[in-house]
Amino acid sequence: MKEKEIIIKNRSGIHARPAALLVRTANEFSSRIFIEKDGERINAKSIMGILTLGATYNTVLRIIAEGNDEVKAVEAIATLFENKFEEE
Amino acid sequence: MDKFRILDLLELDLKENDALDLSCIGGRPGLVREITVPAINRPGLALSGFYDNFAHQRIQIFGRGESAYLRKLAKEKKADTLEKFFSYEIPCCVFTSNQNPTDDFIRLSGKAECPLLQTGLSSSDFAIRLMRVLGNVFAPKKVEHGVLVEVFGIGILIMGDSGVGKSETALALIERGHRLVADDVVEIRRISGNILIGTGAKIVSHHMEIRGLGIINITHLFGVGAIRDKKQVQLIVHLEEWDSSKTYDRLGESENTVEILGVQVHYLLIPVRPGRNIPVIIETAAMNERLKKMGYYSAKEFNKNVSKWLESESARAAFLDDK
Repeated sequence: MKEKEIIIKNRSGIHARPAALLVRTANEFSSRIFIEKDGERINAKSIMGILTLGATYNTVLRIIAEGNDEVKAVEAIATLFENKFEEE
Repeated sequence: MDKFRILDLLELDLKENDALDLSCIGGRPGLVREITVPAINRPGLALSGFYDNFAHQRIQIFGRGESAYLRKLAKEKKADTLEKFFSYEIPCCVFTSNQNPTDDFIRLSGKAECPLLQTGLSSSDFAIRLMRVLGNVFAPKKVEHGVLVEVFGIGILIMGDSGVGKSETALALIERGHRLVADDVVEIRRISGNILIGTGAKIVSHHMEIRGLGIINITHLFGVGAIRDKKQVQLIVHLEEWDSSKTYDRLGESENTVEILGVQVHYLLIPVRPGRNIPVIIETAAMNERLKKMGYYSAKEFNKNVSKWLESESARAAFLDDK
């Protein structure tokens, strides 16, 4: 299992477009990937799940992956957050 | 869980026999105080000066008896026991049967910023309703990844890996006149002992994500008849890609269950393969579940008939052999 904590840097938070981008990235990996906010864990391969997190600017999230490509998966998703989902 | 504050309690949308009929009559700054335990306390002993094991973290209920005692204290000009009372961190004090606190009590609660609430309900009625409300608020909770639908009155949680076709199956069920409760993120609470109630998250309620279409609004597309806000989870249908190395249940005689929050729920594992009409299979599973609830087990009854027939056949063979 691989974990990484990240902070949301894009001001508009995780709305539909970033969520779609996140899901698309997550689906490129075979690992089971989760995102956790305040102890609530959702499946990173589900758009609806990510939207329900209500992740706003400066929210701390934890990315968790389990499987063959867990290291790559966590890195790829963390990069998305660092690049502010190519928004700003 | 987020903190549950007095303010949240006042803002709950409770109707008819659930209504708590609360209004705030003092100590407003304290409305942000948190309710940490789903319990109540009658502070009779504390008011009379006995503070050992005083359950100050509970909601304090003042009925006619306690109110009368407060008036007696006021007449005797004894405020020290009240000062001690408010030295504890109390979530709130509730005066039932529209009783009014004494001036001393209002002054000291204001100083301690302890909210004073009033209700027209009797103490026993209020206590029962409050416990019911808090029971639901503090109910054990779990989020499951799946789709919750109501099919012929049975709440079915469709689960399975991403991309196996949960949402598409649910869409087909809605199109056939069944109802959507929640897509993708199902919040399950265990209330009143063994009842699992599933709801969807507020923001995305009754929206679905269908690959190729994107996000769709089920209420607008199919009408209010196609949705429900909450539903008991009575059956779990797990969809998985057909695995030819695996043996699937052919008889349905044994009953499998899975545990959610300590409650056993009937469980079906259904393999998905092109050509298998999953919505029809789920509809049938729902009807079969209803039959079981009525006490009729198709697989068991069938087996009983087969056994009876085999018995009579062997008796007949034995009879003919004798002749």
